[in-house]
Amino acid sequence: MVRIIVLIIGILIIGFIAWWFFGKHESETETAAVASDQQDVDILVKGGYSPEQVVLKQGVPAKLHFTRTDPSSCLDHVVFPDFGINQALPQNQEETVTIDTNKPGEYEWACGMDMFHGKVIIK
Amino acid sequence: MKITTRFWISLILSLPMLIAMIVMPFTNWMLPGGEMTMLVLTTVIMLISARPFLSSAWSSFQKHHSNMDTLIAVGTGTAYVYSIYAMFTGKAVFFESAAFVITFVLLGQVLEERMRDNASSAIEKLMDLQAKDAEVKRDGKFVRLPLDKVATDDLVRVRPGEKIAVDGKIVEGTSTVDESMVTGESMPVTRQVGDDVIGSTINMTGTFVFRAEKVGDQTMLAQIVTLVKKAQSSHAPIQKLTDRVSDIFVPVVLMIAILTFLIWYVFIGHDVANSLIFAVSVVVIACPCALGLATPTALMVGTGRGAKMGILIKNGEVLEKVNAVDTVVFDKTGTITVGKPKVTDIVGDEKQVLTLAAQLEASSEHPLALAITEEAQAQKIDVTAVSDFQALSGKGVQASIDGQRAFVGNSRLLEDATIDDQLQQQMVQLQKEAKTVVLVGQRQQVIGLIAIQDTPKETSEKAITALKSRGLKTVMLTGDNQQVAQAIADEVGIDDVIADVLPAEKADEIKKLQENYSVAFVGDGINDAPALTTADVGIAMGAGTDVAIDAGGIVLVKNDLRDVDTALALSQKTFGRIKLNLFWAFVYNVLGIPVAAGVFYGFGFILSPEIAGVAMALSSLSVVISSVLLGQSKLTTS
Repeated sequence: MVRIIVLIIGILIIGFIAWWFFGKHESETETAAVASDQQDVDILVKGGYSPEQVVLKQGVPAKLHFTRTDPSSCLDHVVFPDFGINQALPQNQEETVTIDTNKPGEYEWACGMDMFHGKVIIK
Repeated sequence: MKITTRFWISLILSLPMLIAMIVMPFTNWMLPGGEMTMLVLTTVIMLISARPFLSSAWSSFQKHHSNMDTLIAVGTGTAYVYSIYAMFTGKAVFFESAAFVITFVLLGQVLEERMRDNASSAIEKLMDLQAKDAEVKRDGKFVRLPLDKVATDDLVRVRPGEKIAVDGKIVEGTSTVDESMVTGESMPVTRQVGDDVIGSTINMTGTFVFRAEKVGDQTMLAQIVTLVKKAQSSHAPIQKLTDRVSDIFVPVVLMIAILTFLIWYVFIGHDVANSLIFAVSVVVIACPCALGLATPTALMVGTGRGAKMGILIKNGEVLEKVNAVDTVVFDKTGTITVGKPKVTDIVGDEKQVLTLAAQLEASSEHPLALAITEEAQAQKIDVTAVSDFQALSGKGVQASIDGQRAFVGNSRLLEDATIDDQLQQQMVQLQKEAKTVVLVGQRQQVIGLIAIQDTPKETSEKAITALKSRGLKTVMLTGDNQQVAQAIADEVGIDDVIADVLPAEKADEIKKLQENYSVAFVGDGINDAPALTTADVGIAMGAGTDVAIDAGGIVLVKNDLRDVDTALALSQKTFGRIKLNLFWAFVYNVLGIPVAAGVFYGFGFILSPEIAGVAMALSSLSVVISSVLLGQSKLTTS
């Protein structure tokens, strides 16, 4: 009897994991506030990136301010392959990444091990 | 808290449990306080050393993400919580598993961090090459200014032993310069008025003044650094496989772990503790960090090593494509050859012929004339002025020297001059060798011949031989006529010649070759840019133009053809290492899971969570070490 209950609970947990990780969940998006000639976005690095998507305006110099509070060494670098940026993120310290907004398009960023992803959309 | 501190805390607290585990079977010695001591030690480890794993796992869980910390947190958390329950219900505990796994994982991370710093140091080394200041002329005086104050058109003085601050052209003085840090060329080169100097190289012997042409991020070094940075953070297509794997991988592993537990507990009928150990082992061994590290670390070391040798590989995609290349196509002028016509033979009274020709050609800008004047300079022949200078349209020039008519020009001069049979034969012979023959004469008589040819670089033949021994087909592409092209090709040992190609048609010829082969194209000029882009792999010779460098996938800073072979070798080696890394990472993860799940239990072969933790740490570590070793591996160039 105990074993059957355990079996049912186990299967329920498997179902929950599948729904939680593979189900459709909206990613947080933020559009940069444009102040005169500069746009800034603060990104919190904790178990991923918040926001995960950043919308930037084309042609306006943009700065992304990353602050990593997450202690995981997994997230200690942020890499923008398209811009050749590989920035170390010391814990609890704001690091600024300057984005070239001349060309519109979608540019992904990732953590140093390519496990967490974020996206810059320039339009 | 730093990873290192966390590691030492967990190591020191785990040691008593480790000693007890090893010693107990022989001496019956028990840890004082037994399970209670274990609980306290492990609780401290979980609170201090493991907390970052737990908090990171939790915050990614909230975002519907998972990572390696999820696995470590779930694995050790399960072992820890179950053991507390077991302790109070009088069952077997396995606190030590949680403690050991944390210790091993942290050890792996400490070593890995060190290796990663090691692997990425190439760029910092390049940046360190920069000069800190320079002597700049301001208001008529040379003053020492910090590097960022140097502007274009500034005059900069460099003394022996000093670093050259920025890129520019020498306006005064001569010296030898050690350019090895930028070009990889080990021999110092002589630089004199009119020559370009590269920022960050070292002035050896003389003092000179140069005019700054490129400063800040326009300098060659700055551009190399940008290029290498881009390359190191780029993705290889082979990596796409692993790019998304971690997002799927971790949840799947968690499901497999639960299944493992259910199978052992519900269907096979083991007790909770044993079933749980299998599940925990699965979670611990499956950490995908080795997979994630496999490509970037190898890419970093490979491209960094190339940069040191003056070989810039633009990105991971290029590395992958090089592997398939079976044909190398070369541009002729400036790539295989020096790109500057040179006197190869002088027939007749050597000194008299050359003196006469040099006097006549002294003021001409024609490439052939330049070759003759250069040769005269090399032989230290005094050139005196001539009178009654006259251009013979389409034939050459004539003038009066020592009161006599003298002429120099092509064979059309024979319309009104005579040549003896012997010279005539030699002229035909030289033309057969694809040389341009210049006739030199006095009065109406040809007295000698000068043969001029764009000669191959000294290193070209060796470079071609090396590529051929690699099993590659070599092709030369040129606008020259078949005869000239074939002569050069024979000299350096090129397999095929495609001659009479207009600059605009080069890309089309590459396309034609691509129907049957995978082509690498080596070129340097602006007119090579389309061909460089069209080819599967474009290799730009760095002495060439900015355009060509942008178009190439690989840039050779040094103008040495032998680097083509080295670049191919390095690319293949790096890509091979990426594949090897991925293979091992997969083996650890994919083969490790069934073993950990107890599939081989029947053969008495099981993985305890501690061993799984060691295996996991080893997998990341072995991948990083294998990448770092790439920096030392031998590049087999014939």
